[in-house]
Amino acid sequence: MSQAAAMHGAVEPAESPLTPESWGKLGMWIFLAGDAVGFGTLLAGYGAMRATSADWPSPYDVLGINLTALMTFLLICSSVTMVKALEWLGNGDKIRAQKYLFYTALGGAIFVSLQAYEWTHLIHRGLHINGNPWGASLFGTSFFLVTGFHGLHVTGGVIYLLSILRVVARRAPEASYNAVEIAGLYWHFVDLVWIMVFTFMYLL
Amino acid sequence: MATSEHKHPNYMAIFWYLAILTVVEIAVIYLPLPKFTIGVLLCALALGKAALVAMYFMHLKFETRTLGMVAITPLLIATLLVFVLLPDGFAVMKRTVGVKAATTEPAKH
Repeated sequence: MSQAAAMHGAVEPAESPLTPESWGKLGMWIFLAGDAVGFGTLLAGYGAMRATSADWPSPYDVLGINLTALMTFLLICSSVTMVKALEWLGNGDKIRAQKYLFYTALGGAIFVSLQAYEWTHLIHRGLHINGNPWGASLFGTSFFLVTGFHGLHVTGGVIYLLSILRVVARRAPEASYNAVEIAGLYWHFVDLVWIMVFTFMYLL
Repeated sequence: MATSEHKHPNYMAIFWYLAILTVVEIAVIYLPLPKFTIGVLLCALALGKAALVAMYFMHLKFETRTLGMVAITPLLIATLLVFVLLPDGFAVMKRTVGVKAATTEPAKH
């Protein structure tokens, strides 16, 4: 990464870079911007289907929010352990950084497990992707599509974090700082999307 | 590289803000207010939480402005999407308003 930063300075000296020190960070931000449009489309589509449906069930009554509130809290906590990992790495403490990265991945894994539990529970109660006992069948479709898309992001994030854990273990703290910061961007984005999904699909 | 340039915000303070805002969100849905008001409040709270995550956890506050523009673009597109979909929503709502009143409580929007 430092090579890339040095090259950037050499190739375009007159142009100010988009990020102070990293092309990788810019790449991740552009990917996240695209991903955000993907989620935005799903949520806007959800809103349109719900507004135009005559028998949309009340999400609060069908889904319940106790477990989901806990999941929201868990994801916020995992975001905190992520920034702590980066902070410790910045201070040169590789061991603590690895520990907090592991906690972050663990938080993500527990989140996905709770989601699997929630899905199983709801499917047993009759919420299916093509219909449900409470009203509009698109309610189940959109629920599984949006929470599933987010769950896949969390699953991918856990794998990403575990692979970054190996990078941290192998390199000097200053050589892996950039990679951890970029992984952090992805992880916080997944948290940010869940804040939106929780609000629009469970609370509203 | 780049470790000392970063000003680290008080992450624990941000964590408490997020936790408190989540509790407020859950409290809001029990308030005896019109559904529309609750909806507006929930949207505002969610946007506030998202802004906290983006600004402090994703360090957007400490990045260059150009990167901020990369980040704000999807927000603009998403807002546009809502306005693109609104006419459809209103048109169908007009046609189904009688059905809606019969199946659920009235005055959702």
